[in-house]
Amino acid sequence: MIQQAHALTKKDFMSDQTVRWCPGCGDYAILSQVQTVMAESGIPKEQFAVVSGIGCSSRFPYYLSTYGYHTIHGRAPAVATGLKIANPDLNVWVITGDGDALSIGGNHLIHVLRRNVDMQILLFNNRIYGLTKGQYSPTSEAGKLTKSSPMGSIEHPFIPCATALGADATFVARTVDIFVKEQREVLRAAVAHKGAAFVEILQNCVIFNDGAWKDLTERKLRDEHVIFVEHGQPMIFGPKNGPKKGLRLDQCTTLEVVELSENPTLAEMVAKQILVHDETNAVLANMLARMQPPFPVAMGVLYRVEKSTYEREAHAQVARAKERPGAADLQAVLHGRETWTVE
Amino acid sequence: MSDTPESQSAGRGSGGRKVEVLDDVIIRFAGDSGDGMQLTGTQFTNTSALQGNDLATFPDYPAEIRAPAGTLAGVSGFQVHFSSRDILTPGDSPTVLVAMNPAALKTNLGALRPGAMIIANTDKFKKRDLEKAEYASNPLEDGSLEGFQVVPVPISSLTRRAVEPFGLTPKQADRCKNFFALGMTYWLFHRDLEPTEKWVRGKFKEPFSSANLAALQAGWNYADTLEIFHSSYEVPPAKLPPGTYRNITGNHALALGFATAGKLAGRTLYLGAYPITPASDVLHHLARLKALDVITFQAEDEIAAMASTVGASYGGALAVTATSGPGLALKSEALGLALISELPLVVVDVQRGGPSTGLPTKTEQSDGVAVKFMTPVILLSDGYLANGAEPWRLPDLDALEPIEAHVPTDPEGFRPYDRDPETLARPWAVPGMAGFEHRIGGLEKEDGTGNVSYDPDNHERMTRLRAEKVQRVQRVIPPVEVHGDDDGPLLVTWGGTFGAVRAAVDKARRSGLRAAHVHLRWLNPFPANLGEVLRERTARGTPVVVAELNTGQLAAILRARYEVPLQTMNKIAGQPFRVSEVLARIQTLASTEEATR
Repeated sequence: MIQQAHALTKKDFMSDQTVRWCPGCGDYAILSQVQTVMAESGIPKEQFAVVSGIGCSSRFPYYLSTYGYHTIHGRAPAVATGLKIANPDLNVWVITGDGDALSIGGNHLIHVLRRNVDMQILLFNNRIYGLTKGQYSPTSEAGKLTKSSPMGSIEHPFIPCATALGADATFVARTVDIFVKEQREVLRAAVAHKGAAFVEILQNCVIFNDGAWKDLTERKLRDEHVIFVEHGQPMIFGPKNGPKKGLRLDQCTTLEVVELSENPTLAEMVAKQILVHDETNAVLANMLARMQPPFPVAMGVLYRVEKSTYEREAHAQVARAKERPGAADLQAVLHGRETWTVE
Repeated sequence: MSDTPESQSAGRGSGGRKVEVLDDVIIRFAGDSGDGMQLTGTQFTNTSALQGNDLATFPDYPAEIRAPAGTLAGVSGFQVHFSSRDILTPGDSPTVLVAMNPAALKTNLGALRPGAMIIANTDKFKKRDLEKAEYASNPLEDGSLEGFQVVPVPISSLTRRAVEPFGLTPKQADRCKNFFALGMTYWLFHRDLEPTEKWVRGKFKEPFSSANLAALQAGWNYADTLEIFHSSYEVPPAKLPPGTYRNITGNHALALGFATAGKLAGRTLYLGAYPITPASDVLHHLARLKALDVITFQAEDEIAAMASTVGASYGGALAVTATSGPGLALKSEALGLALISELPLVVVDVQRGGPSTGLPTKTEQSDGVAVKFMTPVILLSDGYLANGAEPWRLPDLDALEPIEAHVPTDPEGFRPYDRDPETLARPWAVPGMAGFEHRIGGLEKEDGTGNVSYDPDNHERMTRLRAEKVQRVQRVIPPVEVHGDDDGPLLVTWGGTFGAVRAAVDKARRSGLRAAHVHLRWLNPFPANLGEVLRERTARGTPVVVAELNTGQLAAILRARYEVPLQTMNKIAGQPFRVSEVLARIQTLASTEEATR
């Protein structure tokens, strides 16, 4: 990776454009974290290329001082794939939303994940169509009342992390717009990952779906409804001061929540068979991704494995092809096997 | 045998029989899709090319991968038109048909010219075969082929006998029969066996290699020994311009053109494509040219193919996508993005209609225009051009001009939408270039800065600038050349109708009529002198006929653009123009003109 000679700051990543999201929009917090993570990465500014589709989230590139391309609805993963193949040295980001990535762009999303093209894909999930002013989205909960579902949505929502795992993504993480510290950790891990890093960011839409994630974000509820998972660590949650809970497998290989003391010891956790997070375990990742209340919602890196990346393999084939004698000789290729001469 | 009076007797040949010299021949190999007719046709083509004939081919195979054997739906054909002079089409009607079964005979009989030779594999004209082809009686015996020169040959059984020493199963032995048929036609037209022998040795393992060679030789010997043919025929080499030639299909030529363009631009050649007939071969060919810095991306759909091509261009590659009609429809949104982003790329549309000849040897020109003007370019090809083969004179690589992009060097004062005063192209600053970081997108941009702008005056200015930029391509494209006479009907064509119309105009002129032809290679913008050419003729009252295989789209555009009275000639049958029907139109126009003079 190309490294920046002089240290950059978050400010170096702000563009001269006025940020035009609604006041109070969750996107502001995400923009700030992305700028911070970019600055501390040591990667030169010109190596970043941020590609987006259509929707509120997709205005993102205009507010960064890097290279940016605001493309068309749902197609950002495809544009970004072509870009990364053209120049594998770039650090490519895709900024998308629940409608952009999972509705109109669903096909591109699953294939960019399957191919493992090296990039960060941030999916801002606010469970609503914001830019078109309030229709239900592929992640809206069943029964959701919106302008296009006045009697309630009759659709079953996607769980984006489960969709990504189903597409054989090599990196799947979840965070929340206002969980600043945890979000930054997840973004750092995504940048460090070689391959397609899928990050679902639960995000509030103050205008059309205010309180989209309030069960997870409100101080009083957060401790009971959220679990932060970390590779190699036991999976426990609960209030800072008060009894904890943990996750373990029941007899039928499904998860269950068990009560623990306020400061559970290793012995107690072992005794109660509390699970230790293994981010290379796809079955576990899928169970964690699918946890919904009354279970806590899992945050952090749910799944991470190493696999070959598309753009590296493509360029490796070019290098291999050139090893064949004469193969790189344009004149010889044009001539082919048989020619004849007319005097 | 020939459609021209030039054919003449030229002494005795092999087997002591008469040798006739022919000017041109159209031979069609037809059989079941499993009979190897495409291979047979391709071998005949390559050998003819090596013997110096000009040629054009038309492979014609069923859409079904394997239709039921022996049925009409399963017939696969390959037509080769080879000649001692410059030819422009795969030919209207074959002079020789090799029919490997009754279905092949039935589906092709209507296309044959009167007196054509039919070489029929009698082993496959049994009761069941005739039933599958829906024949009530055997056409080889019931007199229905009167007027044709029928040559009955038990090709299957003769082949089986010829390959007996090689210990093949009956099924394997039967699969050699196309080489027996090929051997006969090689004798008939004085083709050299050697190129095919060489190819067979390289292609097949033993014992199949020896068996196929034995079948080929047996077919030649059979024709030479038995007096089944009254004469053999010689088609002398064509007088082609000097140079080194190879045989090539349109799709293969496209792939080589793009790879060359990548080298001329000094950039990676990127192809984003989704498989679609008849464009897939562009993907197949380029996928084998990786050593020339070619990267092919087989996308998940047509939309992604186009979008990834836009992304690759944004990243600085020479980017191309290839598709056909339905795919082009799906690509239109991302093509719009390329347009407003003003990124260079080429969209190949291998149209499913056709047909055509005249190879796209100048493919690299479309890349050149795309890069020079920072604009997407649509390159039209078609199914006949894509799959048909013709001799191609190899270009002198040193004579090709490099494709130079407008890459900015000074970050000071850089603005992504500042334009080159001559071409109006914006600079191509790609991610990775330090100091040129900028944001672009599908929203309207402020002139110069490229920042999002909703200002109405700016939108009008930008819209006009983009249109003017495309118009300025006129400055680099050649003017139209009028082929033929100053008076007499002028036929105007575009795309795949070139060959049939050019051949008809030439034929009319050889017969003493006056006629002319203009073929448009650039449709937007049109060549700068087109309006003048059309107005000058129509002002004199000389008929101008726009010939196209649709309801008259080009004619409508030309009328609107130049306000000239035009006649139309249209055919919407999914079939090419025949030379004869274009000639008939020219004759009608000429006689009308004569009468009114």
